[in-house]
Amino acid sequence: MSFINLKEKVVQVKIVYYGPGRCGKTTNLEYINQTYRKQIMSEMVSLKTHGDRTLFFDFLPFDMGQIKGYDIKIQLYTVPGQVKYNATRKLVLRGVDGIVFVADAMAKQREKNIRSLNQLHENLQSYKESIFNIPLVMQYNKVDLKEHGIPILPTEVLQKDLNSRLKVPYYEASAITGYNVAETLKKIISSTVVSIQKKLL
Amino acid sequence: MNYGIVSQEQLEQIDALLTDKLISLGVECVIIIDMAGNIITAKDRGENKYDVYSFAALAAGNFATVDAMAKLVGEQEFSLLFHKGQDSNIHFSKIDDELLLISMFGKEISLGFLRLNVVDVIEKIQKIWDKK
Repeated sequence: MSFINLKEKVVQVKIVYYGPGRCGKTTNLEYINQTYRKQIMSEMVSLKTHGDRTLFFDFLPFDMGQIKGYDIKIQLYTVPGQVKYNATRKLVLRGVDGIVFVADAMAKQREKNIRSLNQLHENLQSYKESIFNIPLVMQYNKVDLKEHGIPILPTEVLQKDLNSRLKVPYYEASAITGYNVAETLKKIISSTVVSIQKKLL
Repeated sequence: MNYGIVSQEQLEQIDALLTDKLISLGVECVIIIDMAGNIITAKDRGENKYDVYSFAALAAGNFATVDAMAKLVGEQEFSLLFHKGQDSNIHFSKIDDELLLISMFGKEISLGFLRLNVVDVIEKIQKIWDKK
C-alpha cells in the first residue's frame, strides 16, 4: 500500500520488477539509474551474491515531481529471480503498488516465464492482492538478441502465454540498450498513480 | 488500526513524542517505517547525515528476514533487533504488525536506557493510532 504523508505532502509508491532469473530486472534499474541520474536522490542499493546475482533486492528511489501539490516518490525494487529465493521474493512484494513483469523473450526461457508469472499470482494472493487488480505492465525483454541469431519468441506467442487473460499493456524491450525501458517505467508509474488516486476518491 | 493515511494531527503528535522522548536523550536519528519500506516519519538532530529512504528499504528487508527466521524456529516473532557498531548502534523495535521504530544512537547512551524509553514511546504511539 502506498504511504501518504498529509503533513509533508509526500506520496511514496512502491513498484516491483518481477520475473524469472536472468531476465533483466536489475539491468532495467541500472539503465534507469544511469539515464535519470538527476532525478535520483541516492545511490542504487543492490544486495547481491558474489556471482552478481540478486540475493534480496535492488532498490532505487526516484523523484517524479508533483501531482496536485503532492511530491511523488517512486521506489523501484527488483526481486531475486532464482527459483530458490521465493521466500525473499514474497517479502519484497509486501505493500507493492505496481508491478512490471519482465519476461525473457529467449525461446528457451518460455516455460520459466510462465512459471514465474504463476508464482507471482500465488505470492500476491498471500497478501490478499490479485494479479488481475494490481497495476501491471509486461515487458518482453532481450528482443535485441534476434540480431545476434539467437531464437526469440515472437510477441504474439509471449502475449498468448502471459497476457491472454491479464490483457495489460506490454512492451518489447532491450534493457541492456535501453530500448523501451523508459516507456515501461512511464506506463507503470502512470497506471499506479491513477490506481492510487482512484482508491483515494 | 487505520493504516495507509496518517492525519496531520497524528503525525505531529508522533513527531513531538519522538523529539521529546528520544532525540532529546541524545538519539541521533529516529525513523518510523512500515514493513513495505515506506517512511512514516523521520526525526534527527538536524544533521541529516543519513540517506533515510535507502535505509528504510533495507531495514524493512532486514526485519522481514528476521521475522521469517523466527517462524522457522517456531517463534511467533523476534520483536526487537539490535546492531552494535564501534561508534553507532541501531535498535529496531516493532510497534505493531505494520510499523517499525528504528533508533540510531552513539556510545553516550546505554542500551538499557534506550530500551526503556523506546517501550514508553511505543505505548504512546499505539494510543495515538487507536484514537483514530
